[in-house]
Amino acid sequence: MPAILLDKKFNPWDEIQRYQDEHLQSGHFGATASFVGTMRDFNINESVSHMTLEHYPAMTQHFLDNLCDRCSEKFELNDTLIVHRFGEIMPGEPIVLTVAWSAHRAQAFDACRYLMEELKARAPFWKKEVTDEGERWVHNDQ
Amino acid sequence: MSINIQFFASLRELLGKQQTSLDYSDGLDVAAVWQQASNGAPMPDNTLCAINMEYVKPDATVNDGDEVAFFPPVTGG
Repeated sequence: MPAILLDKKFNPWDEIQRYQDEHLQSGHFGATASFVGTMRDFNINESVSHMTLEHYPAMTQHFLDNLCDRCSEKFELNDTLIVHRFGEIMPGEPIVLTVAWSAHRAQAFDACRYLMEELKARAPFWKKEVTDEGERWVHNDQ
Repeated sequence: MSINIQFFASLRELLGKQQTSLDYSDGLDVAAVWQQASNGAPMPDNTLCAINMEYVKPDATVNDGDEVAFFPPVTGG
């Protein structure tokens, strides 16, 4: 149940497959729910050329590791995985991946959503977009 | 010993610094740390605070050697 912070582009499907092959036992889980957040090339009706994702390294890792632990206590799961980018990100690139493996779909769906909603609400990351009008900090009202 | 203070994102830009430190004194809370470290600049609405990587409220007590962080609402994911 790790949380992985990356400063370079990643392929979420490869990450799921690799983690599943290395850490889960085939036949022991029946449901895999995943969410992938990718960067848009627009926001608030303006085109966005790229963005920088700042974080508080030690607290972000600590928060996401704890989130995986809390999720595993709250739901009946085989495992969880979070991967999150930081640094410069281009439109179309994945920003975040959350995954929950469980015996049944309801727990997997609910756990995957829980990971993502908690991350959005409290994980210490800050987006700064670059548009034709210049740079701007993103406000989390969406 | 002292208190290590970190500012992130728009607060780092507002104050023009990422990190500073203060000498520890008894009875210090997070709001007082902000006041001293920001040279009296008011704390923006919705500022979030943490001690040693855990969220706290501005009236939380600070201990010698703590790391105190201030940052705006988060926007990850």
